[in-house]
Amino acid sequence: MKYVDEYRDGNVARQIAAAIAQAADPSRSYHFMEFCGGHTHAISRYGLEDLLPPNVRMVHGPGCPVCVLPVGRIDMAIQLAQRPEVTLCTYGDLMRVPGSHGTSLLRAKAAGADIRMVYSTLDAIAIAEAEPNREVVFFAIGFETTTPPTALAIKLAAAKRLTNFSVFCNHVLTPPAIRGILEHPDLDGQPGPRLDGFIGPAHVSAVIGADAFAEFARDFAKPVVVAGFEPLDVMQSILMLVQQVNDGRHVVENQYIRAVTPGGNRIAQAEVAAIFELRDSFEWRGFGRVPASGLRLREAYAAFDAERRFAMAEISAADNPACDCGAILRGIKRPTDCKLFGTLCTPETPMGSCMVSSEGACAAHWTYGRFRDHARRAVA
Amino acid sequence: MSDRIRRRKLDLAHGRVDLSHGAGGRAMAHLISEIFHAAFDNPMLRAGNDQAAFEVAAGRMVMTTDGYVVSPLFFPGGDIGSLAVHGTINDVAMAGARPLYLSAGFIIEEGFAFADLKRIADSMAAASRAAGVPIVTGDTKVVERRKADGVFITTTGVGIAPRDLVLSAEQARPGDKVLLSGFIGDHGVAVMSQRQNLAFETSIQSDSAALHELVAAMVAAVPQGLRVMRDPTRGGLAATLNELAQQSAVGFRLDEDAVPVRPEVAAACELLGLDPLYVANEGKLVAVAAPEAADALLAAMRAHPLGRDAAIIGEVIDDDHHFVQMTTAFGGGRIVDWLAGEQLPRIC
Repeated sequence: MKYVDEYRDGNVARQIAAAIAQAADPSRSYHFMEFCGGHTHAISRYGLEDLLPPNVRMVHGPGCPVCVLPVGRIDMAIQLAQRPEVTLCTYGDLMRVPGSHGTSLLRAKAAGADIRMVYSTLDAIAIAEAEPNREVVFFAIGFETTTPPTALAIKLAAAKRLTNFSVFCNHVLTPPAIRGILEHPDLDGQPGPRLDGFIGPAHVSAVIGADAFAEFARDFAKPVVVAGFEPLDVMQSILMLVQQVNDGRHVVENQYIRAVTPGGNRIAQAEVAAIFELRDSFEWRGFGRVPASGLRLREAYAAFDAERRFAMAEISAADNPACDCGAILRGIKRPTDCKLFGTLCTPETPMGSCMVSSEGACAAHWTYGRFRDHARRAVA
Repeated sequence: MSDRIRRRKLDLAHGRVDLSHGAGGRAMAHLISEIFHAAFDNPMLRAGNDQAAFEVAAGRMVMTTDGYVVSPLFFPGGDIGSLAVHGTINDVAMAGARPLYLSAGFIIEEGFAFADLKRIADSMAAASRAAGVPIVTGDTKVVERRKADGVFITTTGVGIAPRDLVLSAEQARPGDKVLLSGFIGDHGVAVMSQRQNLAFETSIQSDSAALHELVAAMVAAVPQGLRVMRDPTRGGLAATLNELAQQSAVGFRLDEDAVPVRPEVAAACELLGLDPLYVANEGKLVAVAAPEAADALLAAMRAHPLGRDAAIIGEVIDDDHHFVQMTTAFGGGRIVDWLAGEQLPRIC
């Protein structure tokens, strides 16, 4: 596979691993947060943890859109889907995310709600065109990466004069979440994670640009390396972070130059700005309400805004008190620190959203890495 | 069916199945006669009984049944009909048996086109003739519109295995080698490429094939030392190995570099955010063999056209947790876990 295999070469990986081991100062430790779930997935899927020296630790961050969606928003979607006139279109990952009281979109579907799994916003548009008597709502979630396709869908629906299509908008922004972790690292009295630097998101940065992270490097003295999702990208970025820490530098470096520019994709940014505006605040799972962190449709597109069209009431629901998703999303705890992990909470019976999405820290560790827990226990 | 029933030709080009074709009357007799009997024709079926009677040679009788609900019904490299024949022959063959006969049950949705039904029946007939395993009895039901998805097929197969050959899922032992007969994921990617909301261009064809001749060659080459065989269909190689790990109470360690995946399949999976290890196959088998038998078995597999790309992909290990582990191409480790729910494309 041209342009993929080059980034999965095991021999090169071992060379980079040797360079990291050589560069890492044995008298100190390094803790790097990979903000993005795509990186979490790559680290687990390729077993990169095994290639790092013990004093270089990766800390999983909140960058999985399914994981950070609060329970209340799932409840709102379920209520919407239960309206007899509504067809709710959603990405597959969302189907199994637990709402309140043991519900989920999957269960609501089994109980008769018209919920359909789609692969793109255009699928939802096609359903709205094919079934003019249904109210077709697209359940939009994701970071800056998935927002442009939603903007284009709304633009297309407006051009086609579709009167039965709307969007339940849950798009959120990456920089406010990073700022939230850096400004308020603690949670409910628990001390925050030790962080020596960040691996910056790949696809998000392709849209908003590497410069979007300069403020964190500068204001909080944390090096940031924007990295691609291929395993060699991640390994090289870790080496770059180790070198910045060793040198006492804290700047944004761009490892993912084949896709990311300093300013990002201006056309996508303009499309998003034309359709969406900032909400005053938006609730994130594990973070509470984060100021200026979510998007909603502008007044000019109110007809396509499901929250206004169906007068949806905001629901704020509490997480399962035993679930540590919040602390895990902030990098304070590891999946295995949660007492539900692997007992009550597994991918088949997820209690928290981190166990649902393949990009969630708990699902990634359970699916790919839990053999190490048994090995560790055996050694202990 | 009797020839005494007066023939009124079905309009095979434009006609559609209606509820009368499942009501047990003349219309049903016409449907069965003109589509199924015409396609599957053989002496036992021609006898027109509600069952097939046949002599059984000495050995261990092997029997299996399987339902086919694939969507879409037609895909690159096959269709639901040939799939039903191959899949059931393979389930019999995985016991080391020679498949003898098949039965086929059809659940057809009202409104289904005769032309498509005939195409499916002809495809089944061609597959069963090529395999030398006739369809000797069957059943037809018609259900109302929206109570099925075009057509569902259930096939049963019987076969005979040598009395002294026992292949069974609990027989994998630490140290045994794991062999795979060829490239994984072809069928799943071919089917996905045709789904309405995923449609993408690919040259990949389904690997749907009857594996009993390959199995016969393997059994002949290694009469001792074959422990388990299974075809990694739905859930892919990952599901099959996890099942075997549980049933044999062992673990597996695979070598990612050794698992054959076509570049086109890898590319399609990459695009969709899927893992080829979990994608379905319909013409591949996994064999667990004693270490001393592995090389001879591999040579026998590679000598057969359906095993040309066979490889030793890993080994059985002692593991109380029954994990399927894999050494990645990077030299790191990972689990190849059970799939939770359906494998879904990633969001971003």
